[in-house]
Amino acid sequence: MSNPSGGSFSIAVLYPELLGTYGDGGNATVLARRLEWRGIEAEMVEVTAGEATPRTCDLYLLGGGEDGPQTLAARELLASRALHQAVDKGAAVLAVCAGFQVLGTTFVGPDGAAHEGLGLLDVSTVRGDGGRRVGEIVVEADPDLGLPELTGYENHACVTALGPDARALGKVSVGYGNDSGDGSEGAVAGRIVGTYLHGPVLARNPALADHILASVVGPLDPLDDPDVDALRVERLAAAHRPHPITSTRRWVRRR
Amino acid sequence: MDLPLRTRAAALAGRVVSEVSRRAGRGAGSVIGGRVTLAVDPSALEQMAAGHKVALVSGTNGKTTTTRLLAAALSTRGPVETNAAGSNLLPGLVGALSYERPGAVVALEVDEGLLSDAAAAVTPDVVVLLNLSRDQLDRIGEVRLHALSWRRMLDTQPSTTVVANVDDPLVVWAADSAATKVWVGTGQRWREDAAACPACGNRIRWAPISGGSAGDGQAADWACSSCSLRRPKPELWLEGRDLVLLDGQRLPINLQLPGWCNLANAAMAAGGVVALGQDPAWAVQAMARVGTVAGRYEQVTVDGVRVRLLLAKNPAGWAEALELIRPAPLPVIIGINARVADGHDPSWLWDVPFEKLRGRHVVATGDRGRDLAVRLRYAGVDHEFVDDYRAAVKAAGGPKVDLAANYTSFQDARLALRE
Repeated sequence: MSNPSGGSFSIAVLYPELLGTYGDGGNATVLARRLEWRGIEAEMVEVTAGEATPRTCDLYLLGGGEDGPQTLAARELLASRALHQAVDKGAAVLAVCAGFQVLGTTFVGPDGAAHEGLGLLDVSTVRGDGGRRVGEIVVEADPDLGLPELTGYENHACVTALGPDARALGKVSVGYGNDSGDGSEGAVAGRIVGTYLHGPVLARNPALADHILASVVGPLDPLDDPDVDALRVERLAAAHRPHPITSTRRWVRRR
Repeated sequence: MDLPLRTRAAALAGRVVSEVSRRAGRGAGSVIGGRVTLAVDPSALEQMAAGHKVALVSGTNGKTTTTRLLAAALSTRGPVETNAAGSNLLPGLVGALSYERPGAVVALEVDEGLLSDAAAAVTPDVVVLLNLSRDQLDRIGEVRLHALSWRRMLDTQPSTTVVANVDDPLVVWAADSAATKVWVGTGQRWREDAAACPACGNRIRWAPISGGSAGDGQAADWACSSCSLRRPKPELWLEGRDLVLLDGQRLPINLQLPGWCNLANAAMAAGGVVALGQDPAWAVQAMARVGTVAGRYEQVTVDGVRVRLLLAKNPAGWAEALELIRPAPLPVIIGINARVADGHDPSWLWDVPFEKLRGRHVVATGDRGRDLAVRLRYAGVDHEFVDDYRAAVKAAGGPKVDLAANYTSFQDARLALRE
C-alpha cells in the first residue's frame, strides 16, 4: 500500500501560529524523521491562517492553542472544507487539545458560547467545572489499537463527551482525559485521532506515531528508540507515583 | 517620609532575619526577610514605597537585566533601591525596600502575574512593559491573560507613565489605554504568540519596516487585519547598536552583556529613564558598567574547564540564547528542569530550534534532561544524557564550554559548579 498522493509523504501542519502553543509542532518533526529513518521521503507543509489548505496531503496535524486562535482556525476549515475532502480521500489526521475539540461537533469559543466544529469526530466539548485540568496523564490505549501505555501532559479547561459514533483512544489511568465521567481519553475514527495529550504526544509515544503512519503507508519496520525508552520509563514512573496534593484533589473531585 | 511604627518594626525584623540568613550562607536573604516583614505588617510594601519615585519592570523575558541596567543608570544620580537578586514576587519586593533609604528611587522587577497587585500597592510613577510570550503554561494557561490584567491595571493607575515595547502586539494592546506612554522600538525575534490580535482575535499582518532596522532583532511593522490595533510610532528605538531618539540624536550602546536581546533591554531601560524625566544619554553610558546579572554570562572554571553560564527560561528566551552560544565545535551543556518555577510541562522544548546545535556535542542534563535528549535525537544533534552538572562538564570535554539552562536548572548548575 502506498500513500494516496504518491511521491514523498506530505505532512500538513495546520495553523502552527494559532494552534502550536504547547510544542505540538514537534509531532510533525517526529513523523517526518520516523519516515526518513526508514527511507521514506517526507515533506512538511505549513499552512498559516489566510492561506488555502491543500487537499492532497497524506497527513494533517492540528495542535493546541488558546480559545481565540482556535475559533479562527475552525472558521477557516469550516469555510474551505479542505480537511473534510482530504479525509474522504484517505488522509490521516492527528489533532491535539484545541485541535481535537475543533474536529468535534461543537466546542467553546472565547465568548463562552458553543461554536460549530468540523464534525469529523462525534464528540462535543463544553466548559468543565472547576479549574483547568493540568498534569501528567497516562492512558491505556484501546486494546484493538495494539499500543503500549500512552504518556503525556494535559492542560485544558474544557471537557469532551463521546457521541454514539465515537470510540475513545483509550482509558485514563492517571489524569483527566476527556473528563466526561466515562474515564475515556481522546477519540478515534478511521485514520483520525484526537487526544488531549501534549508532550508532544508523538515524541513520548512513538508507537502511536508509527500506528498513524502505518494507517496510510502500510506496515513499518520497527526502530530503535533508546532515548525515548528511557524517557517513557521515567515519565510513567513519575505519573504513577502518588502526589500527595493532586491525588487528594482528584479523589475529592471524583466523588 | 516617616514610616508608621509598625512598618519600621516590620522592616527591622526583616533586615535582621535577612542578615542572619545571608551569614548562614543561604542566599541573599531578601526573600525570607521580606516574608518576615510582611508577616509583621501586611501593608509594608505600600508603606515603604510611599514618597519614593517608583519604576516597575515586567515582562516574560529580560526583567532582571532591564531592572539591573535601569538601576545602574539611576544610581549615577542618587540612591536606588532595587531587587538585584531577581526576587520578583511580593517578599522579594518588600525585602528590596526594607533598607529605608530616604530619597531613593525604587526600580523593581515584578513577576508578570503579580504586576497588577504590586502596582495597586505602590502606585508606580513608571511601569516598563517588555514583552509577553508563552511561559509556564501549566500555571497560567494563556499568555493573553497577562496582557488583559496589565490593561485593567493601567485603567486604575491614571498617573502612571507606561514604557512599552512597540514590537510586541500583546504589550501594545496592554499599554494602549494608558494616559501617558513612552513607546520604545526594540525589534522582536519571537512572534509565535502574536499571530492573533489580542484585541479582536483576527490575524495580525507583519511587513518589513521601511527605513531603520533594529539590530538583528528583526523589527517589522505590524497591524491587525481587522481592528485598529497597530504598531505605534516609537519615541526611541534601536538601530544596530545605537539608540535613536525622536530628535535624531544617536546614542551608541556599549554593553559588556552580549547579544541583541540585551541591547533591547538597554533600550527599554533608557525608556524608563526618559519616563522618570531624566536624560537617556548618560543613562546609556552608565549601563556599560554592568558585567554579569545574577550569574548570567558568568564564567566559572571546573576542573580546568572554563564554563560560561547562560539562562533561558522559555522558547523566546531560548531563541535568543542559541544566538549567544559560541560557534561549533565548542561543546554545549543544556540543563532542563520542570519544577514549579520552570513550569511542569517541558513540551516547549519542541518550540526551540535546537537543530541549530548540529555539528557539535551536546550534553543533556537536569531533572528533565531525558526530554531534551529525545528532542536532540529528532533534531539530529549528537548528544548524551548525563545526570550531574560536574559530570556533564567532564563529558562535554574541551577547554571551554557554554552551559545554558532554564531557571531552576541554572540555579542548580551555579551551586554545583561553584569554585
